Amino acid sequence: MTELTELGVAQIRDGVRGGDFTAAEVADAFNEAVAGATSLNAFITPTPEVAARHAALVDVDRAAGKDLGAMAGVPIGMKDLFATRGVRTTAASHILEGFVPEYESTVSHNLWSAGAGMLGKLNLDQFAMGSSNETSFFGNVVNPWRRNGSDVALTPGGSSGGSSAAVAARLVPAATGTDTGGSIRQPAAFAGICGIKPTYGRCSRWGTVAFASSLDQAGPMARDVRDCAIMLGAMAGFDAKDSTSLDLPVPDWEGTLSADLKGKRVGIPREYRMEGMDPEIEASWEQGKAMLRDAGAEIVDISLPHTKHALPAYYIIAPAEASSNLARYDGVRYGLRELPAGAGLQDMYAATRAAGFGDEVKRRVLIGTYVLSAGFYDAYYTQAQKVRTLIARDFAEAWDQCEIILAPTTPSAAFPLGEKSDVPLAMYLNDVFAVPASLAGLPAMSVPCGLNAQGLPLGLQIIGKELDEQGVLDAGRAIEARAGFTAQPEKWWA
Amino acid sequence: MSNYRIQGETGEWEVVIGLEVHAQVTSQAKLFSSAATQFGAEPNTQVSLVDAAMPGMLPVVNRECIRQAVRTGMAIDAQINRWSRFDRKNYFYADLPQGYQISQLYHPLVGEGALTIDADEKAGIPEARRIGIERIHVEQDAGKLMHDQHPTMSYVDLNRSGVALMEIVSRPDLTSPAEAGAYVRKLRSILRYVGSCDGNMEEGSMRADVNVSVRKPGEELGTRTETKNVNSVRFVMAVIESEARRQVDLIEDGGAVVQETRLYDPDRNETRSMRSKEDAHDYRYFPDPDLLPLELDDGFLAECRNSLPELPDAKRARYEGELGLSAYNANALTAEVETARWFEELLGETAAAQGKPEKDVAKQAANWLMSELLGALNKIGASLDASPVSPKAGAELLALVGEGTISGSIAKQVLEFMLETGDGATAIVEREGLKQESDTGAIEAEIDKVLEANPDKVEQYRGGKDKLFGFFVGQVMKAMQGKANPQVINELLKQKLG
Repeated sequence: MTELTELGVAQIRDGVRGGDFTAAEVADAFNEAVAGATSLNAFITPTPEVAARHAALVDVDRAAGKDLGAMAGVPIGMKDLFATRGVRTTAASHILEGFVPEYESTVSHNLWSAGAGMLGKLNLDQFAMGSSNETSFFGNVVNPWRRNGSDVALTPGGSSGGSSAAVAARLVPAATGTDTGGSIRQPAAFAGICGIKPTYGRCSRWGTVAFASSLDQAGPMARDVRDCAIMLGAMAGFDAKDSTSLDLPVPDWEGTLSADLKGKRVGIPREYRMEGMDPEIEASWEQGKAMLRDAGAEIVDISLPHTKHALPAYYIIAPAEASSNLARYDGVRYGLRELPAGAGLQDMYAATRAAGFGDEVKRRVLIGTYVLSAGFYDAYYTQAQKVRTLIARDFAEAWDQCEIILAPTTPSAAFPLGEKSDVPLAMYLNDVFAVPASLAGLPAMSVPCGLNAQGLPLGLQIIGKELDEQGVLDAGRAIEARAGFTAQPEKWWA
Repeated sequence: MSNYRIQGETGEWEVVIGLEVHAQVTSQAKLFSSAATQFGAEPNTQVSLVDAAMPGMLPVVNRECIRQAVRTGMAIDAQINRWSRFDRKNYFYADLPQGYQISQLYHPLVGEGALTIDADEKAGIPEARRIGIERIHVEQDAGKLMHDQHPTMSYVDLNRSGVALMEIVSRPDLTSPAEAGAYVRKLRSILRYVGSCDGNMEEGSMRADVNVSVRKPGEELGTRTETKNVNSVRFVMAVIESEARRQVDLIEDGGAVVQETRLYDPDRNETRSMRSKEDAHDYRYFPDPDLLPLELDDGFLAECRNSLPELPDAKRARYEGELGLSAYNANALTAEVETARWFEELLGETAAAQGKPEKDVAKQAANWLMSELLGALNKIGASLDASPVSPKAGAELLALVGEGTISGSIAKQVLEFMLETGDGATAIVEREGLKQESDTGAIEAEIDKVLEANPDKVEQYRGGKDKLFGFFVGQVMKAMQGKANPQVINELLKQKLG
């Protein structure tokens, strides 16, 4: 029998249903893998006992002949941005270091209801702010991938870097991620896995620590497209507790998954072809086109004229919302409280937030506070909102010519830890291809399409129309089937 | 425009007043959470995860709060905005868990409206005035800090955190303390009719921010100050008087009014500075991304409109016009919704008991309620809604008077028995033998006795001293223990005295 940790979501689900192995055996195998990979620092809080408990429930249900859910017996990693009842939820911050919620986020609740189990809480950039996982209060995650013949530690991407590393290193068959401006897609690309950000509103935000409310969207990260389809189906759904949740039925994405793209037109946005672009990224994009053409699609050139304004607009809107969303971490009711001798209320706020937030979080709170200030609001926030409208209109107009858009996920492959951490703008540029779909609220996915010359995975991004996760998944499946991406990082960690 | 003026050393000054009234919406749950809103609960027992701003919590708007605010808007003839939006007002304070208040700055739910304050000569309001209302927006209340629980720390009670408020912003149309007082009372009356706020200022369900400026007649508006959280009509009026006086003295002494927020100290009857415009917060308002814009459909608006009760102005006009009540009574009966409700029940029962149309018994019912019942209740310290005499019982009493079974003066005695014992009027009249004597023979016999006993007075009367008629009536009534029908006495006396 193959190692259980080599199995993905569908295989585990089917194996547990068919009695090939028990959920408990699966949980044990992955718990062991997690325990054997502490050097990756992918987990903030491993929860082997929770995984065992969840697995036992599934095995009892199966023995009783009950119907098993879509994720039955599949243990997953939970990004530590989702509140999990009784398990500390830190957002990778010092300010929430000891916070144990008494409630369960809707997304994690949905997953547990579908039979999934929790292997632990995964590391991330602090409050999901970052593209390299270096802003975590709990230290950076290390990408299991290395350049050929090198032991330089690379970033797993961010903010869902713990998720990408854990899936790539086979510590989990799948993990949750959240994507505000690329936080699922970029780490997925850096780690050679799949990740999809659904249409804004598909997954409830209730119980997920907020970064930028109008952009935040949860999604699955897994080894293949089918696993993403299964897990997204389990995560998504209307939630009356989230006013921005979409009151629509969840389609059977797995059931209708098809790599046949006959009759589909795939748009290639010319504005994504940038000056000085990494030739290997450009080459992978060309390969992607060829694969989709081979799957029956017609390739068309399109224009998304406001693309270059997307990143600046994003770095106004997201920090503006964040500056307000993070105001609740004030030391009054929960989390860290710094109370210097003789401190008044204002002193307590200052001391608590100074100690509790990392530099990147502070930077964004400051940017956000600035752009919302009287006298600057119109010049920044209002303008950025207009840009956001134009970006959405670009896409709306593009849908006259195509059904899907193909683009690179990132401007480069995974880079060494520390390389960009002192240069915020260079770091922000990582999200240049990811941000437009976030601003427009569109479903977008990254799938691995091959390795570069240094042996690092590259991802291709597929952007779809609003609510057309199926189209995105189908195109992803078409690429996956042709790319035949089976490479895995060689195990060096322990 | 009132003739209220501040007399300064340099002449007369006008006062310009605008009020922002915060009215707590009557609802079971908070504006964005399902926590209860009852007043006076143990601290922190009515707090949801949303109200405590736990990580990842999201607001979901309470339909009932929006409905109540829309109905309130309709009651002041305001424009209802079918599209409105919530904004975040960002500032740090220990009673504000989210670090922002969800409010409506840019697109309020209710737009321009107005209400009428009535003429009140005695109070210095020579004529009725229409007072503009700029807007009503809906927002969250904050929690409460308690500074007296610990020697060095403050405690926070979040029960009120997230409760729905309507902020009702008047135009600067008010020109005297009396007008401002009348405005608050009228607004309170309307809110209570609509049922959107209990108007209880003692419990803080209604409080006002008072904007005051002064100017020489005909000149440009002066710089205003805003006195926050004033919690009674009396204090609103006192704030205006003392603040206007302060501003006039300041300007006349060569100073200038500073735009600032002030607090009222009722013990000293003065306002004092809280913070000036310079250190005012920059609230960094922006649309709340956790909430979708509010869009109201025809069905919702129709329900809001159809569920509005008859409002005080319309009711008063009807009482005067259709029921023929005096302006004074119509006004007094409609000022408070409870009084009007009680009166209408009494009226219905009275009409039914006497088999007459309401308009034929309206004056009787109104006079009795206003002059007899309220006075009697006042004596025993009871309010109308706690009256031991029900409208139905009152109607029974009025029917006895109406059919001539007892006189009006006996009715007063019967009412006292009713208040004491809770028994019905008919039973009391029977038991106490208070039934009115209308038998001509019996009355005639008493009249004869009285006339016989007072021959001198009879002579004087016949000699032209008409006033003595009352003396004879009184003597007869006295002899019959007040139970004689006064009309019969009058008629017979007139005959006998020729």
